[in-house]
Amino acid sequence: MSEQVGLRGKAWFKALTGSATSNSGDPNSVLAATAAIESESALFLCVVPDNDSRFPCARDGQVGLEEAFALATHIRAVMSEDRDKSRETKRPIIAIVDVKSQAYGRREETAGIFFAAATSADAYASARIAGHPVISLVAGHAFSGGFLTHGYQANRILAFDDAGIVIHAMHKEAAARITRRSIVDLEKLGHEIAPMSYDVRDYAKLGLLFKLLHAEDPQHPTSNEIAEVKKAITEAIADARKGRLDLSNRWESDAAKEMRKGTLAVRTALEAQWFND
Amino acid sequence: MNTPVLAPIFVNRKSFIELDARARAQSLFDEGTWKELVGPFDRIESPWLAQQGIAPQFDDGCVVIKGKIGGSRAVAIAFEGAFQGGSVGEVSGAKMTCALDLATKDSKAGKSTAAILLLETGGVRLQEANLGLAAVAEIISSALALRQHAPVITIVAGTVGCFGGMSLVAGVSSYTIMTREARLGLNGPEVIEQESGIDEFDSSDRALIWAIHGGEQRVGMGLADSLVEDDADKITAAVRGCISKGIPEKHRTEQVALYRARIAALDTSRQIAPPALRQEWGSLKGGVR
Repeated sequence: MSEQVGLRGKAWFKALTGSATSNSGDPNSVLAATAAIESESALFLCVVPDNDSRFPCARDGQVGLEEAFALATHIRAVMSEDRDKSRETKRPIIAIVDVKSQAYGRREETAGIFFAAATSADAYASARIAGHPVISLVAGHAFSGGFLTHGYQANRILAFDDAGIVIHAMHKEAAARITRRSIVDLEKLGHEIAPMSYDVRDYAKLGLLFKLLHAEDPQHPTSNEIAEVKKAITEAIADARKGRLDLSNRWESDAAKEMRKGTLAVRTALEAQWFND
Repeated sequence: MNTPVLAPIFVNRKSFIELDARARAQSLFDEGTWKELVGPFDRIESPWLAQQGIAPQFDDGCVVIKGKIGGSRAVAIAFEGAFQGGSVGEVSGAKMTCALDLATKDSKAGKSTAAILLLETGGVRLQEANLGLAAVAEIISSALALRQHAPVITIVAGTVGCFGGMSLVAGVSSYTIMTREARLGLNGPEVIEQESGIDEFDSSDRALIWAIHGGEQRVGMGLADSLVEDDADKITAAVRGCISKGIPEKHRTEQVALYRARIAALDTSRQIAPPALRQEWGSLKGGVR
């Protein structure tokens, strides 16, 4: 994991939108642009590292206070502009995800990063519930509160399939420390217990992904690869528009029927016991 | 001559914090109206813990109770802080998501059903890592869906507090009720100390922890709604109050511009003093009222 977090995200943001600079009024760490995908325009969002952030704990690609509020602002602006449009014509929102984590800082906790993160998760989810197709493209790391804030409320999630992709609740070192295991043991467990795994191919077994994509060198996409990714995003948009507005596809997928038997058992039992008076 | 015996008030008070998750949830409901759903006798336990040599629990540390509160339909979902730190696993997370979904279905059909989330949790259960994280995303989504039709009320009573991904669930709630003994934040002090060093956060500094994460601070700065004593009757009264207030006109997480401007105004060249921030934000208009 010597590669710097955020570089892949930035590369794909540039590949898909043609630019990679932040807007005035936004922190340098938030990229937002409207660009064409197939024959319609979409809002693209990405969080990238900013060495000069005025929040010291949010300089390496973490999602902090400013990032969360900037994302929420862009999403809510699109929602309000498209308020009267039909579901078929509401603009897609594409989150390009390559985030180290949430920001672990005292300033952040003091000023309520839990709430800032909630405003962004709310904006993404509310956009989805309002009928905007929300698509996440995991181009690098997608950790914990960073992913919850930016991307995990999507209707459909796409991810590359190489070793540079890590989707997880906590990075290896910290998870090993807290669960009192060695990193070697943790990796071994990951191969036996899919939700513990740091390998995106195991993650794909959980039924949460729409599709795995491939790029030879995801930091330097070729024009063919860009075309393939655009095609996959277009398919995901179409699929999202056909589907339900909630996240039920995640536990009703074929893979989930194998891997999320616990979830499905709970839902069956609770629906049977629920009473109405 | 008899000398009247003056018992201190706390002797007669019914502590809420001392109750376990099940008793906490039960205490909120009108007598004779409630029933536990998917309880321990249903034996739906975590499929992942035993494989790792950890004893699962028949309720996976999550209690769902449906009934009436002050005559109104409600469902309470309570995380048990004493089981695996109140962590969110596949099963406990699915209980909360599904209960929220069923409350939404009823509320949409005209049978308004409020949800009360009792959160004593450190966040995602690391032994179920990615399914725990996915469950948190699903809970957030389902809480947001219900919030449009009936109030979603979070109680953080203590002493575990509400941390990690579940703090976002508190964030999107219609109302958050806290005690002075409760804490609410994304990252706990130990995690910050490990990730960013002891100069950033000294996790042994208890005064600092409570100054930042404590209930009095969160309510004072307007990121939670009511500060209630550790008293089961008073907490029930606060819940009834939230249910009768109904759906807030505008939820706090929808007021992005207001809070974004507050962050922009912060001096970040040094650490932010919690009392000053409380005074500043507390005196400004905002919040859900």
